[in-house]
Amino acid sequence: MRAFTLLDGLVVPLDRANVDTDAIIPKQFLKSIRRSGFGPNLFDEWRYLDHGEPGQECSNRPLNPEFVLNQPRYRDAQILLARENFGCGSSREHAPWALEDYGIRAIIAPSFADIFYNNCFKNGLLPIVLDAATVDRLFADVQTQVGYRLKIDLPRQIVSTPTGEEFMFSVDAHRKYCLLQGLDDIGLTLQHVDRIEAYEAQRQKTAPWLFG
Amino acid sequence: MSAQTLYDKLWQSHLVHDQGDGSALLYIDRHLVHEVTSPQAFEGLRLAGRKPWRASSAIAVPDHNVPTTHRSAGIVDPVSRLQVETLDKNCAEFGIVEFKMNDARQGIVHVIGPEQGYTLPGMTVVCGDSHTSTHGAFGALAFGIGTSEVEHVLATQCLVTRKAKSMRVSVEGELGAGVTAKDVALAIIGAIGTAGGTGHAIEFAGSAIRGLSMEGRMTLCNMAIEAGARSGMVAVDDKTLDYVRGRPAAPTGEIWDQAEAWWRTLVSDEDAVFDCEVTLDAATIVPQVTWGTSPEMVAAVTARVPDPAQAGDEGRHKDWQRALTYMGLSANTPLTDIAVDKVFIGSCTNSRIEDLRAAAAVIKGRTKAANVKLAMVVPGSGLVKRQAEEEGLDKLFTAAGFEWRDPGCSMCLAMNADKLEPGERCASTSNRNFEGRQGQGGRTHLVSPAMAAAAALAGHFVDVREY
Repeated sequence: MRAFTLLDGLVVPLDRANVDTDAIIPKQFLKSIRRSGFGPNLFDEWRYLDHGEPGQECSNRPLNPEFVLNQPRYRDAQILLARENFGCGSSREHAPWALEDYGIRAIIAPSFADIFYNNCFKNGLLPIVLDAATVDRLFADVQTQVGYRLKIDLPRQIVSTPTGEEFMFSVDAHRKYCLLQGLDDIGLTLQHVDRIEAYEAQRQKTAPWLFG
Repeated sequence: MSAQTLYDKLWQSHLVHDQGDGSALLYIDRHLVHEVTSPQAFEGLRLAGRKPWRASSAIAVPDHNVPTTHRSAGIVDPVSRLQVETLDKNCAEFGIVEFKMNDARQGIVHVIGPEQGYTLPGMTVVCGDSHTSTHGAFGALAFGIGTSEVEHVLATQCLVTRKAKSMRVSVEGELGAGVTAKDVALAIIGAIGTAGGTGHAIEFAGSAIRGLSMEGRMTLCNMAIEAGARSGMVAVDDKTLDYVRGRPAAPTGEIWDQAEAWWRTLVSDEDAVFDCEVTLDAATIVPQVTWGTSPEMVAAVTARVPDPAQAGDEGRHKDWQRALTYMGLSANTPLTDIAVDKVFIGSCTNSRIEDLRAAAAVIKGRTKAANVKLAMVVPGSGLVKRQAEEEGLDKLFTAAGFEWRDPGCSMCLAMNADKLEPGERCASTSNRNFEGRQGQGGRTHLVSPAMAAAAALAGHFVDVREY
């Protein structure tokens, strides 16, 4: 997993609440058995005017000019500004895979759905919760200022604006550590092999039906 | 020891190691696997040279991609076929039991787990699927995970996770005739919103919940995720044990007695304190119909499509407006005036035998309306299908003009050939009415099986209590 420390990125605003993972990456693309290549189909039904299918070349598909990701001023954005309950619905990790593959490194929203939030950290993507009033402010700023960027400092847990205003955010210590180091959890968990084995041995006695 | 909630007991009994930083290693008893969210996890194991920690804890089944017709001919779509074949290969390589597409026991993963007794009270159950919350109906801690976590569970039998807050949703009193677990689920989501349970584990309690059958409890817990909660659960009682007893993977003899003794303790202590409490009066719940593109956009069938002008704040106003545009609906239209093009009875929410019986009971020798282009019934498993056929339900459905299909996820998410065309409107017993969920441009209204059957007969939504 790619490590995340500091980011200075262009911001793209997606002004709708309850964006679900079906919208982030529609079901037909879930048929892939790979982990990469989902970026061209990120927000497929909103981004293109035609119907997309897996394996299709996307560079010549008709773009929906209304959709924010297609507006030239937001090209190469790395920070997605979003609304409440972002990433709700299906547990598909293809959603963070698609965001990451497209080039998004961080998402700022007033709230996230639990499974999506968790999946982000497994893929070097940082979800940041800021209060609704601050997010409102950022929406207003990004919409009125072309080329609006934010700086994200994960070690200090701070988002800063071009005028130097700073917003603190929380992140769980374990997740922060893994993200800063670019570590996946499996290796870390396997450092506890003795504990897992001891638990399992005990459980075999108290709940033998689980081990039939 | 202080009073504990059911969730506290499940958490505590699976805690391998508290890491001291808010995270914990939790032991996973049962791992359900399907073809869509597992290939990259198996590939990860292979690349790292790892093996499953306890292969016997996993059970696999292809359900999302499988066709519901002409199954003996195999899967036509080469991309879907490759995904299902990849599951077959991975299960063979890693020694995981799989019910393959043409096995009589194949079905939707959340239907076959309980059906086979792979889901038992007191278990931790995970699956790379958000509707894993279904299994909480058994007094289990069950939740959906992403593919990285699927790999993590395969490799370590554990998850690194954090304890959620606890929420109790109590539904007290008696449900009226024609009001089902699905209506209760939708009414709860309407009351607390799709993010109402975020960060929480929900326990469903109260006399109306105790009155539900196990299948009804599964329907309810299934939709906990639609209220934002990764897990929903119901305390163990006699109904739980009666359902589990005799299932192929359930314990027997002395081991059953040992299990039962522990399972009986899986209830919240009387004076346990929850972080959040919500109470609904069962008598006020009537059959529900969603009108928008989020499960919280729901109303009583007797109501009208709401007016975005009444939404309250500006953000909500925009969301409602956008939803009505997508759904092709005007404010203040009575829900019973909305005509449907297709009807789908199925999904991990509502494809069990009681669901099919409830739909069949509405049909009673009538036929579907001419304007309904397709009404389909997709049983949740091969065994549900067989049982329904033994009861003659298939004949009732086909005589009414419904199609009787093979089991799978089907048009709940339209990964196979079953989908809505742009603009088509569907009465669906599934769980999500998101834009494009049942096919790009498709319009989904979530209802109970009885309400879906009634809509198929009338050609538009009707109040099943009067039908």
